[in-house]
Amino acid sequence: MDSSALVINNLTKTYSNGHKALHGIDLEIQHGDFFALLGPNGAGKSTTIGIITSLIKKTSGDISIYGIDIDKNFVKAKTYIGLVPQEINFNTFEPISEIITNQAGYYGLSRKIAIPESEKLLKKLGLWEKRDQFSRNLSGGMQRRLMVARALIHQPKLLILDEPTAGADVEVRRLMWDYLKLLNDNGTTIILTTHYLEEAENLCKNIAIIDDGKILENSSMKNFLGQLKNEKFILYTENLISEDFSLDNKYFKVLDENTIEVSVSTESNINFLIQELSSQGIKVKSLKNKTSRLEELFMRLVDKNDK
Amino acid sequence: MINNNFRIQITAYNTIVRKEVLRFSRIWKQTLIPPVITNILYFIIFGNLIGERIGQIESFSYTDFIFPGLLLMSVITHSYTNTVSSLYISKYHRYIEELLVSPIQNYTILAGFITGGVIRGLSVGVVVIIAAQFFVTFTVHNLFLMMIVIILSSTLFSMCGFLNGLFASDWDDINVIPTFIMTPLTYLGGIFFSISMLPGIWQDIALINPILYLINALRFSMLGITDVSIAIAFLIILLFNIVLAALCIYFLKIGKGLRT
Repeated sequence: MDSSALVINNLTKTYSNGHKALHGIDLEIQHGDFFALLGPNGAGKSTTIGIITSLIKKTSGDISIYGIDIDKNFVKAKTYIGLVPQEINFNTFEPISEIITNQAGYYGLSRKIAIPESEKLLKKLGLWEKRDQFSRNLSGGMQRRLMVARALIHQPKLLILDEPTAGADVEVRRLMWDYLKLLNDNGTTIILTTHYLEEAENLCKNIAIIDDGKILENSSMKNFLGQLKNEKFILYTENLISEDFSLDNKYFKVLDENTIEVSVSTESNINFLIQELSSQGIKVKSLKNKTSRLEELFMRLVDKNDK
Repeated sequence: MINNNFRIQITAYNTIVRKEVLRFSRIWKQTLIPPVITNILYFIIFGNLIGERIGQIESFSYTDFIFPGLLLMSVITHSYTNTVSSLYISKYHRYIEELLVSPIQNYTILAGFITGGVIRGLSVGVVVIIAAQFFVTFTVHNLFLMMIVIILSSTLFSMCGFLNGLFASDWDDINVIPTFIMTPLTYLGGIFFSISMLPGIWQDIALINPILYLINALRFSMLGITDVSIAIAFLIILLFNIVLAALCIYFLKIGKGLRT
């Protein structure tokens, strides 16, 4: 088997109104990866996904899925892909079980195979009890899960999720995260686009940041986060902070009499900060990272590109 | 791979057809009953009330004479409506993407939708024939020919509906062709009259109307009478089927109305 799940070479897209959405992007995603494709609105994420899944026609460039060129053998290439689109797109007058078995049929799975497979999937995703209901009667979270079930019915090797948790509550999001982690552990390659950077940071092994149709960053999540030189922490103290409070060689800001914001180098140890505060008689009750590390780096990259 | 591709296409085709049939069956009160009511009204008003004053046409009662045309009108209208509405609604709600992202070839998508339209057309045809038993003397001159004409006409108008669905960008667009083109051509296509009843130049004008050939082909298969050559009628039906199939495949290939 080809070790690359997806290879994109010099992909460009110019829409009929002249808008150039992709400026020759290159991307390679390995089998088994959990890959984050991030970018602000209009950056080119959905265009890229649309081209991979053939909803959008490319202007130029090459794409291969597990070594299969989509222009040469799209039937085989597409059997490898499962798509969870950004927007809910069911036939609202179809029962849930029909939506899943029909999708299986489009991938060549007979109903004899599809019916037991859909039962397994719907049970895993907590939708089995609703199988005879119309999709329009489901809650937003359930509809999101149904989208995942639909994308997985033919057991794709490459699952593409375009903002799968948009609008979902925390419980649904966590449930989805656990399920996606499990899928990835079992060998499914996953590409995720999301506006929840915490989601990408928690789940993904590798990352690409796209803006204005260009890839700005493409590396492992660990290396990318390693680029952050400083992190800001909010510290909540037990005792009141005096007016003459100071910290050696650190940027800090007193937010209120029990709260301080401190910028700490990623190379230093946070224990030293706690000790320094302790030596001044200040006991730290709790602390939190002010911003997500990924969010910080993401914003820097995108801002730099805008300038 | 060829076998695998063939298996995928066959299963996908069956799935689309099943989905289409279930779709119109679920709403049978909207899809199967209205043509029965409409045709019963035609039989009562045009056949019994007005028809009695017209008398016989080529040794057939007026009701019997108009029945093939009414039957064909029901079949083609519903074949067209089924395909255009199904395709457009799937575009509007975006669940057409289920098909577009899957490994289905364009010809399979087309065949699936067209078969759905044909089955709806034939279902309507059957219920209209059943309802007609109370009003007309149902005669068949050539059953094989009758089936071929009905199926090919249904295929033709399903493809027209498919093209309309591809090009439609709002709800109005799916009504324009049936209202302004199909209905006038159908009514002027000789359902209620033989073109020999028309004065001079109007006979020549009527011959430009392709639906005239469909109606006459069906009338010949049922009653054994026709205003036009059956060979020419068949040639026209086949030619239109081939041209429309080619157009549908072409527009699917370029992604007209489906892919950005």
